[in-house]
Amino acid sequence: MENHEESHVTSYALNAKVLLVLLSLTVLTILVIKLHLGAFTVAMALFIASIKTTIVLTYFMHLKFEKPILRVMVGGIFALFAIIIVITFIDYYFR
Amino acid sequence: MNNPSPTAPLNYLNHKTGLWSWMTATDHKRIGLLYLYSITTFFLAAAVLGLLMKIEKVAPGETIMTAQTYNAMFSLHGIIMIFIVVIPGLAAVFGNICLPIMIGAKDVAFPKLNLFSYYVYITGAILGLYSQFANGHSPDAGWTFYVPYSAEVNSNIILALMAAFTLGFASILTGLNFIVTIHRMRAPGMTWFRMPLFPWSLYATAWIQLLATPVVGITLLMVVAERTLHVGFFDPKLGGDPVLYQHLFWIYSHPAVYVMILPAMGVVTEIFPTFSQKPVFGYLPIVFSSLAIALVGYFVWGHHMYTSGMSIESRWFFSFLTFIVAIPSAIKVFNWLSTMYGGSVDLKPPLLYAISFIFLFTIGGFTGLILGAVATDVQVHNTDFVVAHFHYIIFGGMGFGFFAAMHYWYPKIYGRMYNIRWANIAWGFLFTGFNFLYFPMFIMGIQGMPRRYYDYDPQFQMGQTISTIGAVILFIGLIGMISNLVYHVRRGAIAPANPWHGVTLEWQIPSPPPHENFDDIPVITRGPYVFDNPHTK
Amino acid sequence: MSTTEHSEHSEYIDSETGKMGMWLFLFTEIFLFGGLFIVYSVMRAKYGEDFHHGALELNAFIGATNTVVLLVSSMTAAMSLTAIQKNQPKVAIALIFSTLLLAGVFMINKYFEYGHKFDLHLYPGSEVMRNLPKGEIMFFGLYFLMTGLHLFHVVVGGVLLTIVMLRVKSGKINSEHFLLLENGALYWHLVDLIWIFLFPLLYLIT
Repeated sequence: MENHEESHVTSYALNAKVLLVLLSLTVLTILVIKLHLGAFTVAMALFIASIKTTIVLTYFMHLKFEKPILRVMVGGIFALFAIIIVITFIDYYFR
Repeated sequence: MNNPSPTAPLNYLNHKTGLWSWMTATDHKRIGLLYLYSITTFFLAAAVLGLLMKIEKVAPGETIMTAQTYNAMFSLHGIIMIFIVVIPGLAAVFGNICLPIMIGAKDVAFPKLNLFSYYVYITGAILGLYSQFANGHSPDAGWTFYVPYSAEVNSNIILALMAAFTLGFASILTGLNFIVTIHRMRAPGMTWFRMPLFPWSLYATAWIQLLATPVVGITLLMVVAERTLHVGFFDPKLGGDPVLYQHLFWIYSHPAVYVMILPAMGVVTEIFPTFSQKPVFGYLPIVFSSLAIALVGYFVWGHHMYTSGMSIESRWFFSFLTFIVAIPSAIKVFNWLSTMYGGSVDLKPPLLYAISFIFLFTIGGFTGLILGAVATDVQVHNTDFVVAHFHYIIFGGMGFGFFAAMHYWYPKIYGRMYNIRWANIAWGFLFTGFNFLYFPMFIMGIQGMPRRYYDYDPQFQMGQTISTIGAVILFIGLIGMISNLVYHVRRGAIAPANPWHGVTLEWQIPSPPPHENFDDIPVITRGPYVFDNPHTK
Repeated sequence: MSTTEHSEHSEYIDSETGKMGMWLFLFTEIFLFGGLFIVYSVMRAKYGEDFHHGALELNAFIGATNTVVLLVSSMTAAMSLTAIQKNQPKVAIALIFSTLLLAGVFMINKYFEYGHKFDLHLYPGSEVMRNLPKGEIMFFGLYFLMTGLHLFHVVVGGVLLTIVMLRVKSGKINSEHFLLLENGALYWHLVDLIWIFLFPLLYLIT
């Protein structure tokens, strides 16, 4: 059967606002790099990238308005990937 | 469409006829059969290769083939068996045939995608075969494609890698289809915990297929890039790290072991209640142990690499987790035994195979602990012990699980019954031959017989000969079993809809099932294993 | 057996089902690139200095421009969904078309970026690259593989969105049935997501 559940409509204005935030975060990334924070640079760059990712997932990809199961899945996927990286580095960090 | 004769009601086998209707079939049962026939063909071919390897080893020195031929043979045997037969095996064949029926759906969520993934699979399989016969040498780097050897050797490695990549893609699509099917297509009233346990095991499997396969896909592509573009991600000469290849390879290939074994566990979990006429013991523990195996199975890949130069901390960590993953498997074994305990056990061929599954899987599992402990693994690493261990798990587990499923659902699939006596005898040959073939390899492995050698010291003569005899017995059993099944597809006695008095949904519809399984989608009001049929008491 | 409920008989797949299928597919894409990110992080830990020198060779300005281009295209893709839901197919077509234009800009930038590397004979297997320090060979190897694979996804996404645009034109995608547009946009956002990580990790290494 067709699914006639009303799907959520994101307004044009919200999309534009999200873009503005994403663009400012991009500028922030470049600034952070230029500041030469040493060891923190990579961490900061990755942290900002994760924020941007979360914003894209939440608004552009409509995760905020989807069924909870999809949000659980997406969260699980990123957690799983993080664990795999950590476990790999148990080898490389101690070698 | 042909007019049906009044005696033969329309079912999925005869509702359309002709080769074209099979090649374009989107019916999940037909696609399952397409997989069954393809997989059986490849299985027989690779089994012959295995037999030839054993014949080579009947006496020391060169018996029937050269060392290079032997290398190509074990590579081909491994590639076909792992990537073309065992990994798709149960999920693609019985998952396709049974999953939608068991959850009360008319088909999978994306029937066309299902057909498409079959063709992707066939393309991969043909590529794999082509890599053997194309110009140049057939691949000889084993099924694991370890660098730097696979990056340097002058044989058709790229073709074989592309084949594995393509087959992985087919596996991903099947997994994707099953996850969506289970989430979206369950019949009304079939809550998650009213779902039979074979679909549960397929659900856990599908997640592994979906999330682990892409990693090996990109890894194989990197090896291709290494061979064609001279980049050297893994080649130490170019600054790469060969151990990193092993990490990436096993991040996929260890979970892939659970892709092989979990559906087999699901199959026997269906068989024990039916042939004991008793509800399954511990439904929830079985569900959660399947999920736990799938999850923890992701984090144990390093136990293939104890001798590769990983850090000590890493070895400790992987060994610890490997022991953890044994727990859910053991839980399942206890549940199966308790399901049979006190039931009215009916020792028909499916149950014979299921019981031998427990026997072989337990031996394979315990020897796995020897390999999972760092200290003992260093002793037996890369010996015949490892080969014996994973054949007990993969052939004894997945293989016998597959045979069990074949004998269990055969009357449902074809609407005919095979010869039970014949099947029992074939089982006897298979089980005996199997143990004669692989058990001596444990002993020889401990004594130091390396794997992948075409020759051996005279001290191994006895064990090798017993092993070869076992291989011949096993092969006779295999031929016996398959000829029984093939012969009775057309000539067998007509089977009733529910010959084993099963209670899951597939037994409540005619044999063979109609094209879309159910005229009316059933409404589920209770759990999957409630036995209140009149004939049980 | 006269059922019209079954997906095989319906021209349209149930939208929740179709979307879940797409999300699962995106997960596989994440793990595909994930494998490359694992190699990247291990190699960067090993060759930090060389990676820095390698990154200086890359044109961060083009990288930043492409980041902006992709972010804007992601917004137009998201907006096209809003448009079709509001039953404004003309607006939707215009928005998808702008997404495609931006994809074109991205590819043109990439053409100049790669072209410059080839002028310097900096490409996998070249004499120049073979004489670099090991860490830099690794860096450029990863650079070409990661951006190349990403570029391939841009092309696939472009083809997908072109099909979507044609279907909106023919009315097959409309305010009632827009699953394909939704999935096409999801795919495009993924392309954007991956670039969000590629940009700082490849172009901005200190």
